[in-house]
Amino acid sequence: MKFGIVVFPGTWSDGDCHHATSTVLSQQAEFVWHGDRDISRFDAIILPGGFSYGDYLRCGAIARFSPIMESIIRFAERGGQVIGICNGFQILCEAGLLPGALMRNDHMEFRCSWINLRVEQPDSQFSHLTKKGQILHMPISHGEGNYQADPETIATLERTGRVLFRYCDERGGITREANPNGSANSIAGIVNERGNVLGMMPHPERACEALLGGEDGNVIFRSMFTPWRQPADVSQRK
Amino acid sequence: MKSPRQFLDILSFDPPVLTRPLFDPRTHPVPVTKQILDEIALSRAEYEAIVERLGREPKPLELGLFGALWSEHCGYKHTKPLLRLLPSKSPRLLVAPGAENAGVVDIGDGIAIVMKIESHNHPSAVEPHQGAATGVGGIVRDIFAMGARPIALLNSLRFGPPDEPRNRFLLHGVVGGISSYGNCIGVPDVGGEISFDRSYSGNPLVNAMCVGLIERDHSSGSTQGGTGPRIISARAKSPGDILLLVGADTGRDGIHGASGLASRAFGEQAEMRSAVQVGNPFLEKVLIEACLAAVKLPGVVGMQDLGAAGMTSACIEMAERSKMGLRLDVAKVPRREEGMTPYEVMLSESQERMVLAVTPGYEGPVIELFKKWDLDATAIGEFFTGTNVRIYDGPELLIETPIHILTEAPQYTFDAPKPKWLSDLQAFDPASVSLPEQTPAGILLGLLASPNIASKRSVFRTYDHQVQNNTVVVPGGDAAVLRLKGTGKGIALKVDCNGRLCFLDPSAGTAIAVAEACRNVSVTGAEPVALTDGLNFGNPERPDVQYQLTQSIKGMAEAANALGVPIISGNASLYNEARGQAIYPTPMIGALGVLEDVTKHATAGFKHEGDAVLLLGAASPWDSTAGLAGSEFLATFHSKVAGQPKIDLDLEKRVQQACRDAVKAGLVASAHDCSDGGLAVSVAESAIIGGVGVTVDDEVPARWDAALFGESQSRIILSAAPANIAGIREIAARVNVPLTIIGHVGGTRVRFGSSVDITLCEADDAWRNGFDRATSG
Amino acid sequence: MYLAKVKVTLKPAVNDPQGITIGRALGRLGFDTVDSVRAGKYFELKINEPERAVAEKKVREMCEKLLANPVIERFSFDLEPA
Repeated sequence: MKFGIVVFPGTWSDGDCHHATSTVLSQQAEFVWHGDRDISRFDAIILPGGFSYGDYLRCGAIARFSPIMESIIRFAERGGQVIGICNGFQILCEAGLLPGALMRNDHMEFRCSWINLRVEQPDSQFSHLTKKGQILHMPISHGEGNYQADPETIATLERTGRVLFRYCDERGGITREANPNGSANSIAGIVNERGNVLGMMPHPERACEALLGGEDGNVIFRSMFTPWRQPADVSQRK
Repeated sequence: MKSPRQFLDILSFDPPVLTRPLFDPRTHPVPVTKQILDEIALSRAEYEAIVERLGREPKPLELGLFGALWSEHCGYKHTKPLLRLLPSKSPRLLVAPGAENAGVVDIGDGIAIVMKIESHNHPSAVEPHQGAATGVGGIVRDIFAMGARPIALLNSLRFGPPDEPRNRFLLHGVVGGISSYGNCIGVPDVGGEISFDRSYSGNPLVNAMCVGLIERDHSSGSTQGGTGPRIISARAKSPGDILLLVGADTGRDGIHGASGLASRAFGEQAEMRSAVQVGNPFLEKVLIEACLAAVKLPGVVGMQDLGAAGMTSACIEMAERSKMGLRLDVAKVPRREEGMTPYEVMLSESQERMVLAVTPGYEGPVIELFKKWDLDATAIGEFFTGTNVRIYDGPELLIETPIHILTEAPQYTFDAPKPKWLSDLQAFDPASVSLPEQTPAGILLGLLASPNIASKRSVFRTYDHQVQNNTVVVPGGDAAVLRLKGTGKGIALKVDCNGRLCFLDPSAGTAIAVAEACRNVSVTGAEPVALTDGLNFGNPERPDVQYQLTQSIKGMAEAANALGVPIISGNASLYNEARGQAIYPTPMIGALGVLEDVTKHATAGFKHEGDAVLLLGAASPWDSTAGLAGSEFLATFHSKVAGQPKIDLDLEKRVQQACRDAVKAGLVASAHDCSDGGLAVSVAESAIIGGVGVTVDDEVPARWDAALFGESQSRIILSAAPANIAGIREIAARVNVPLTIIGHVGGTRVRFGSSVDITLCEADDAWRNGFDRATSG
Repeated sequence: MYLAKVKVTLKPAVNDPQGITIGRALGRLGFDTVDSVRAGKYFELKINEPERAVAEKKVREMCEKLLANPVIERFSFDLEPA
């Protein structure tokens, strides 16, 4: 699979995503500048973490107007896989590709630590190599990861199985203490209606080698490039 | 060792808002008044020296340049002769410390490392958040100016006691500033230390350290060729080279930063509080990427960051180093504010700016590259064959001044005697204190919970310590460990200094700081290969401070020589005083170690039930009363800072060698430096971090305070499987280092003889939450 | 009862990275007549004080102590009956 890794001014997980997908997982990966428009050569797009435009005004608010975002919206409409990690998730929300918004962490601090994620939905292009209830260990690193949306949107996400990951404790319990930012329903990652756009606050690309503390992040990238047949009625990508 | 930039500090200071320019070069009267000399912090004698060397009165703009370049920060008036004592030789050195802004060490595999510490004490005392943030920004620019990718930040912070609200305000502001700036630029903050003492009340210390990685040059357009690391010089190459100013627009930020604050006692600064510099970490991040891309373009020959004294020091020192003249046009400098005078432009310390020297004809693609990153790059001058700097304002030549006169600051030497009060403090015999009323267990829990010793996790977790995917050992242990991608190697990093010990004996205390920084690196298994220093001292015009400075640098030199590690860069921040009282002399020491195989590293926490606990470096588990000199125990439970700190550097070297060998041989399950709080605290920390109990078998002697909490140097706590003990013993014997089996790992309690028996939970709670309890509210 | 509308902005000489970045973004979106942007904070406070003069004094104190950082920021406010 060929991953296109978008670089906005202020992006800093671009190199880490490149390392995880190419060096660790032996896929093709290439950086693509936010001012470019042609992304036709890619099979999947990664919007990496960082502080695009310094996160000034609102996280992702300025980046969403970059020329590449129009191409990414069309790419997603055609069923292309898009994963937004951390700041990438924030940009996807600002761009309207995903519902809701990422607000300031409820404790008002930046938080960098390893957390546990419970897989809620293994029937997805991004998680089909996991099992329901499986616990993934990976880092978070954000000041604004508090996922919020209006109650109807949250209810819809839950009802349609679009919540992929939830913050949990080491035994899989969904508790207030295990929620690192105050997200509604402990939501850590969601997909769009069609299931081809994922936004998540944790950093799978930082959990790609045992030497660095864990490899659980790889399963997400591996799911992306492993063929999968969607069980339900929604049409296949491309 | 000619260049004064060798140990240049980029400490910038926040000036008053200048409603009216201080000097207008066109109208300002000569000769100069005392008031003006005070403003730029030159003495009358220095002024007269300038007149004599120039053979005329300086023009006002020139005077501003002298004030900046002859400041302690740029000119190192009080420290330069002393700094010559420091060792700077090593087969690994690719660039000697004097040649560029910092020395560069070879790690092999075409990779080199550069590192440096910078202080931002005074700005942080005024506005802690912005002061600390711009301190991070400054040191990061220092590193990427050499063509190095910044790969790690560390910091070393000192505050007054946290029970005072002002000190808590400063702590939280500084941590917030480091967090907001460092997280935004994508450089992991992998370690540091925070401690509290009354001597820092009113004058906190905020030292940031940055480590950069220089990779082998693969670009075809290389101007240096070869396959070694491509180090970017801070000099132009040929006459005609163009000087490009890149990054932020110039505003009235920090004028007189270098001369003003850096050369005065802090108490005098109250009037000057305003116009704090606000850093722009986003711009810094973009500047890192753009500059590291630009140096790969053909024709980019040199680069330099703008720090203290802004364009003045960056441009003039670049010319000096290039041995060329420089023509500058201040009218070309993009401004953030209207009505700025040439004087203000030359001395502005606006953040996030760099200068590049570019071969004429090659500047087009360079400017294009910066434009891609939405950055301005403007040609503001050119180098020529000559020895003078010519500063223009459009067509008008404002000054023409010989560069060597500007950059050759006077040097002051001193030979102050040892103060009597110090001899008295050293004569104190710790055996004279009576045993405390508290139980040994109570004292152990108290020390574990003390803000100096307790875990700083609540701080570290607000710093991104994992970005760049290299962090193997995260903050909280002895030294951080990073892997170097594509090599199998790793580096260990630590910054350390015990100011209390430096106060009690500047020479021995500084030697201990060097030893401890190296020991922290050695316990991971890494071999220390380079050191950097951040000198924080009081007013060097006082004899006591002169004595401290002299002795401290002598101690540093002695320890670095004994351990065989070069000092590749440094920084000096003087005049750290509040209410007429100098801070403890605090020479922060940053250490870099190399692990040939990063998978073979040790961490601090115990690992397995049944492992033996060993003490490397001492024949008995129990320290003597001499070890209580300057200890955390004496300070906390007897409110006493006294005694004579000591270190045997020869033993230290052998202890570290033995530890590294044991780790490398894979015989060790954990290794932890035995330091603040003594053996009991260090053993308890290994248990807490490992999540498993420990029992030290021997009966604790009558002087249990010294036995458990003495802080004698050169001791390391190891744990190992019983089957590995013989191997470790052999390694220790080979270098003639004592090794003692003191106990075993296991259970859920922490026990020392029959003196201490507490649950791991109690110890864990004290250590994990002590810092928050002491610093919140 | 009074409603205080408080504006906190950076002092004129202080660098405003956020304002600069937003200004450049507006320029890229075609709003090319934007000369400069300064960002700030806005607060609305309802104050249970019958006397206008007292309310005004308290709001000023709140600004000086907490809402603004006097080292780098300045503030202004309007007070209206609520």
